[in-house]
Amino acid sequence: MSFLDQDERLIELAAKIQLVYSPIMDVKVFPPNVDVTLVEGAVANEEQLEMIKQVRERTKILVSLGDCAVTGNVTGLRNTVSSSVESTLKRAFVETVDVNGKVPDEVPRLLKQAIPLHEVVKVDCYVPGCPPSADLINYVLTELLAGRMPNMENRSKYG
Amino acid sequence: MDRIDVSPVTRIEGHAKVSIFLKKDGTVKEARFQVTDFRGFEKFCEGRPFYEMPSITSRTCGICPVSHLLASAKACDDIVAVNIPRSADLLRRLMHMGQIIQSHALSFFHLSSPDLLLGMDADPSVRNVFGLIEKYPEFAKKGIKLRKFGQEIIEYLAGKRIHSSDWLVPGGVKTPLSKDKSEKILASLPEALGITLETLSMFKGKLDGLKDEIEDFGNFPTYYLGLVTPEGGLEHYDGKIRIVDSKGKIVADNLDPKKYYEYIGEAVEPWSYMKFPFYKPLGYPNGVYRVGPLSRLNIVSRCGTPLADKELKDFRKFGKGGVVQSTFLYHYARLVEVLFCLEKTKEILEDSEAYVDNVWAKASVNRSEGVGVAEAPRGTLIHHYKVNREGLITWVNMIIATENNNLAYNMAVTQVAKKYVTKKRLNEGLLNRVEAVVRAFDPCLSCATHAVGEMALDVLLYDSEGILIDRLTR
Repeated sequence: MSFLDQDERLIELAAKIQLVYSPIMDVKVFPPNVDVTLVEGAVANEEQLEMIKQVRERTKILVSLGDCAVTGNVTGLRNTVSSSVESTLKRAFVETVDVNGKVPDEVPRLLKQAIPLHEVVKVDCYVPGCPPSADLINYVLTELLAGRMPNMENRSKYG
Repeated sequence: MDRIDVSPVTRIEGHAKVSIFLKKDGTVKEARFQVTDFRGFEKFCEGRPFYEMPSITSRTCGICPVSHLLASAKACDDIVAVNIPRSADLLRRLMHMGQIIQSHALSFFHLSSPDLLLGMDADPSVRNVFGLIEKYPEFAKKGIKLRKFGQEIIEYLAGKRIHSSDWLVPGGVKTPLSKDKSEKILASLPEALGITLETLSMFKGKLDGLKDEIEDFGNFPTYYLGLVTPEGGLEHYDGKIRIVDSKGKIVADNLDPKKYYEYIGEAVEPWSYMKFPFYKPLGYPNGVYRVGPLSRLNIVSRCGTPLADKELKDFRKFGKGGVVQSTFLYHYARLVEVLFCLEKTKEILEDSEAYVDNVWAKASVNRSEGVGVAEAPRGTLIHHYKVNREGLITWVNMIIATENNNLAYNMAVTQVAKKYVTKKRLNEGLLNRVEAVVRAFDPCLSCATHAVGEMALDVLLYDSEGILIDRLTR
């Protein structure tokens, strides 16, 4: 959403990039030979673990975008609960339910902990923030388009 | 049983797939809208001080964080047992108007209009907002501007567009609205109003060519639920719950939202992380109701602002007995609501009490339980907390706008699948239409499962023995 907060700058951006895979478009398979991928969110279930590995293989520069991707943040709050997978699922699907209270089992399994991207794959650039501001995202994209690695010194801020 | 999967579903908020199950004769038995992410807010918030809850729970979502902030702050108001000052009430409402405008603009322009303007069967690589910028730059610019208008209201009030979580506090808001910020909003209001009226008239002009979509996209009778004002007008922040049936008859009115558990139950299915709320008097799974823009326009006696009321009359021509039941017309309802929110924005900014300095009634824990209910862009949102004497959270339940529509989602994808699945095979046309009906609801799955994830849908086709016979990915 903060990406879309670039507002009118999106129009300039559209002329300079080719968007090949995104939640805001309909291509379903992550394509090979991607120059830059911005990944948001922590890795929390088995499906996401597979996905991030595939994204890494097919991407030259992988950007970890936002506090959930960089630190686990709110997604990682469940890590502080003992036997977090069982107890969080039980609360949501058994204890607060009137009918058929049972943990869903025909869905991707949760990982023991929700973890930041760099625990699973190599990350080339970290952009923290909850969310990172539109200005910061625009700076990172502008630098990458110019062929430079963004300098995050004094630009990096959590929360 | 045969089965087809669409995976992932795109241009929606969150991660989902659709599975379609066939009978022996190859016709569709049922389709399931499956949500595959989960975070666990209801558990991990235990032990946190209650006043942190707006900040933590607003992270449920990047599109409607303000609705979570409001529902959470209201639950906290309940815990500290104060009535907030009217000034704070007005400013919270103003922030919410900004939120609904930007969220509806996003849904209509950025996510759904590519289908309407580029066509349902356009090349998937261009059928998105960037394709729109290329082909219809002026139209795309309008969408960007309208969304920006809403986001700026939030930024002017709270200092930040997304997760501006330290401004809303139990007992009110932290700082008043300055006159110069108010003037800035008022200065850009006419342009936002112009864009909305123009878009409404464009959309209405297209409806004749969209008869199939109106007819087949989640067009079925359900109940409708939401908040209304004491006069039965359109309400997004407070008020009482009204429920109408498929014929538009009020079946329950003036229900206390704090006692939601008396009339809303929650059920679980093993194949989705999204729960299935139902209307208790009808039981599960018969107690299907819908929430959100379409539902709100179905339950109200009037909107309560002149331009929106005029549009409501036109809108209701698409229904019977005042009830419009095609899910496709959520798009239409969303535009009418944007108009209403713009009129309300002006009304609030012209109220001298919006500029009063006293905006925060400070108090500590006075009750062991609190419930906050608001109408998020996507429908009724409920936060329910229990605390100990020190104000540490001991128990949380949240029912999210999108969850309320879960039973209806499954009916809608089944209806579309029945119409478009032929000869046990998937085709692009089916995939696009399954996604388009899901998109018409404007789901927010991060919210619904209290989970984060990339926005995506997956279609899988299973035969009568449960064997996967086709899967559609692009």
